[in-house]
Amino acid sequence: MTNIKSTLLKFQSIIALVVLCVVLTLLSDKFLTPENGWNIMRQISINVCISVGMTLVILTKGIDLSVGSMLAFAGAITAGLLQNGIEIPSMNILLEFTVFGAIFAGLIVGGGLGTFNGWMITRFKVPPFVATLSMLTIARGATMLWTGGFPITGFGDTFAFIGTGWFLGIPMPVWIMAVVVAIAMVITRKTVFGRHIYAVGGNESAARLSGININKVKVWVYAIAGILSAVGGIILVSRLDSAQPNAGMSYELDSIAAVVIGGTSLSGGRGSITGTVQGALIIGVLNSGLVLLNVSPFWQQIIKGFVILLAVIMDRLNHPNED
Amino acid sequence: MENLSDILFEAQGITKKFGGVTALDNVNLKVHTGKVNVIVGENGAGKSTLMKILSGVYPDYEGKLLFNNEEVHFNNPKEAMQKGIAIIHQELNLIPYLTITQNIFLGREVRNAFGLLDSKLMRNKTKELLTRLNCDLNPSTLVSELRVGEQQLVEIAKALLGEAKVVIMDEPTSAISDSEVESLFKIIASLKEQNVAILYISHKLDELLLIADRFIGLRDGKMVGTIESSAEAKKDDLIRLMVGRDIKDVFQKEKVPFGEEVLRVEKMSLPRKFDKSSYVFKDIDFSVKKGEVLGIFGLMGAGRTELLETIFGLHPKVMSGTVYIENKEVKIRSVMDAIRNGMGLVPEDRKEDGLVLQMEITKNISMASVGQVVKNGLLSSKSEASLSKKYIEALKIKTPSEKQFAKNLSGGNQQKVVLAKWLATNPKVLFLDEPTRGIDVNAKNEIYHLINSLAKKGLGLVVVSSELPEILAIADRILVLSDTKINAEFNQENTNEELIMQAAIL
Repeated sequence: MTNIKSTLLKFQSIIALVVLCVVLTLLSDKFLTPENGWNIMRQISINVCISVGMTLVILTKGIDLSVGSMLAFAGAITAGLLQNGIEIPSMNILLEFTVFGAIFAGLIVGGGLGTFNGWMITRFKVPPFVATLSMLTIARGATMLWTGGFPITGFGDTFAFIGTGWFLGIPMPVWIMAVVVAIAMVITRKTVFGRHIYAVGGNESAARLSGININKVKVWVYAIAGILSAVGGIILVSRLDSAQPNAGMSYELDSIAAVVIGGTSLSGGRGSITGTVQGALIIGVLNSGLVLLNVSPFWQQIIKGFVILLAVIMDRLNHPNED
Repeated sequence: MENLSDILFEAQGITKKFGGVTALDNVNLKVHTGKVNVIVGENGAGKSTLMKILSGVYPDYEGKLLFNNEEVHFNNPKEAMQKGIAIIHQELNLIPYLTITQNIFLGREVRNAFGLLDSKLMRNKTKELLTRLNCDLNPSTLVSELRVGEQQLVEIAKALLGEAKVVIMDEPTSAISDSEVESLFKIIASLKEQNVAILYISHKLDELLLIADRFIGLRDGKMVGTIESSAEAKKDDLIRLMVGRDIKDVFQKEKVPFGEEVLRVEKMSLPRKFDKSSYVFKDIDFSVKKGEVLGIFGLMGAGRTELLETIFGLHPKVMSGTVYIENKEVKIRSVMDAIRNGMGLVPEDRKEDGLVLQMEITKNISMASVGQVVKNGLLSSKSEASLSKKYIEALKIKTPSEKQFAKNLSGGNQQKVVLAKWLATNPKVLFLDEPTRGIDVNAKNEIYHLINSLAKKGLGLVVVSSELPEILAIADRILVLSDTKINAEFNQENTNEELIMQAAIL
C-alpha cells in the first residue's frame, strides 16, 4: 500500500501531465493533433533551455533572476552582429560576422554575464537573489543601449532555420532543446561536476570538508545558466526574425515555475532535469489548453499561479522534514 | 543543616532517553533559594540536557519537577519563564538590530491606550532593571553595539523582567573577558541577596570556588554526589566529582608497533577571529607515527576542533605553522591540498559537516574520492556501488541497501559512512573529532575497534575527544590542550583521569 502511494507520489508530475492531456483531449478536439503537439513543444523549447540552467543553479541553493535579461542581451548581440557587424571607426575597419560567428559571440556574452553573476556571488558573497537581480537590470539596460531601444530585424534564411526550420520531421528548436536536455541529464547524473552540484546544494559544509571547490562549482552553474539563456535568446530572435529590446521580460518567473513544479527543492540538493522538463511541459500544455478552451488570459494567469502553489504543497507533503 | 523551606525548585527521579541513549538516569536535584548551585561534570555528562528539562526546552521526560513543593510541568520555555525559571544559554539569543529595551520586552511588549507600543514605559523599566544590575548602559543602544559581557547582562535583565526566581547560566564565562567575569560575579552576588536561586554550569574550577555555595556532580547522566559548601571544597574533590566514569564493556586496545613518523606539525598558531592579538592556540608542535593513535584532550573551547581544522587547510589565510607528511614539508592551503597529501578529517558534527543527508550512502562514501569511480570521463554507478559495498562490509554498516539515504541511518552507522568516505581516499593520517559523540555504547565500541584496526594497517590517527575514559582507552599518547598550548603530554600507561583533568583545567 505504501509502495503504491510512494510510486504515485514519485510520478506525480507525469500523472498530472497525463490527466491534464486526457481532460483537454475530451474538452477540445483541437488539442490532440500533431500540429498542436509541435506547437506546444516549440513554445516550451526556450523555457526548457533556460530552465535547465535554472535547475542547476537552484540545485546549488541559488537562484538566477537575470535569465530573461541575459536572453535579451545575448539575442540582441547575435542579431546586431549579424545585421551590422562591428565598426571600429578609428581604424576604419568593419568586422562582419557569419551566422556561426554571431551565434558564438552571443553564447560567449551569455556565458560572460553568467560568470559575472557567479563571481559576485562567490568572491564578494553577494546573495544570489541580489546579484542576479542587479544583473537583471544591468543586462536589460545594456540591451537598450545596444539596440537603441529599437528592434533589430531581418537576418536571412540561414539564421531563420534555427527557429523555424524542420529537420527529420522535427522542428529545430525542439532538436536544440533535446540536445540541451540530454547533455544536462548526463552532466547531472554521470559526471563529477554534476555530483558536486548536488553535494554543494545538499550540504555546503560537508562538501567543503570533502575537498570540493565550492566556488568553482557555483561560478560554473551561473555561467551555464547564462549560456543557456543565450541559447534561448538566439532561438527567439531567429523565430521572430527580430531582436526585441524588451524580449524575455519575466521569463525568469516561468522558468522558476517549471523548476519548482518539476520537484526541485529551492533549498538545494534535490531535483532533476527530467522533473524540470515535466514542469515546463505542464505549463506549456496548460497554456495551450486554456487558449484552445477560450479561457480569458486573465484567468489563465490565476490558474497558473494556483498550479504552482499546488505543486509546491504536494512537494512539501512529500518532504515534510525539509525547511 | 538543610532547611526544607529553602528548597525552591526540585527535580525528582528525572530520566531522559534519546533513542537508545540514556542521557539522564534518575537524577534528583535540589535548588536552594539565594544560593549559587553549581553543576560540574565532564562534557556529555548530561548537564545541558538537565538544564533543558528544567527550563522547559524538553517537555518529555520521566520523573517530576517541584516548584515551591508543587508539581509543575513545562511544555515550553515560555511556561517555565512564567513560573520564574529563566535560562541564559551559552550562545546568547538576542536580536542584534533591536535595542536593549526592544530585546528585553520581546514577546511581552507593553501597549498604551491606543494599542501602540508604550516605548517610554518600557524604556524606563529597562533603565530600572539595568540599574539593579549596576549597569549604566543606555536602554536605546542596539544590542549589536554591545560587547559579549554586556549582552549577557541584557539576558539577565530579560530574566529579571520575567520576575525570575531561578536563573540558569550555562557556561556564562566562556566568551567574556576577565573584567567582565568580575562584574558578572558581582551581579550574581546581588541576585543572591535578592533571593534568586542560581544554577551555574562551568568548567572553570577556580572561578567556581569563588562563587559557588553548593556543588553537584553529574556523571554519565547520574548524580554522583554533592559538596554542601565551598568552604569544604578543594579542587581535588571537585575533579573527583567530575571524573571516574565507567565504560560498559571496557574496550581493550591492542598494542600496535609504530612505524615511521607520518605527520609532524610545527609552530601551528591560529589567531582569534575578532581579536588578532590573542590566539585560539599558539606554537603547537606534535607528531604522529604510523600505527599510532594520538589523543588530544581539552575542555570546551580549548581549540581542539580548530587545531584539526587548521592542519586540514580550513583557515589558510590566518594560520601560521608548518606541516610535514612523511618528513616532507607540504603546503596545505585548502582541503584539496590536505586530501592530496593523504589527510582525512571526520568532523565533530556529522550531520552538519560530515554527510549530505539526502544523498545515498554510495554517493556520500565516494564524495571525497569520486575520481576513482570515473570510467571514460563519466561516473560509473557499478564501480561506485562496489566501492561502497566494500566499505559497508568492512565497517559493518547496517543498512538494507547501499542506496539508502544517509538520513535514514542511525548515528553510529552515519559515523561509519563518514569514516568510509575518508578511508576511500586512502589516507595516511586520519583526524577524528569526537568520533563517538551522540552514538550508543555498542556503536562506540565498534568505532574503537575500527580505530584500532586502522592503526594496525599503518595509518596515523589523531583523535580529539572530551571524554576521558574514551581517550584513555583508545590513545597511545595523550596531549592536553589548554590555555592556547599543549599543557601536558602523557603516555597511556602512566596517566589517569585525574592527571589529565588537572592539566586541562585552567
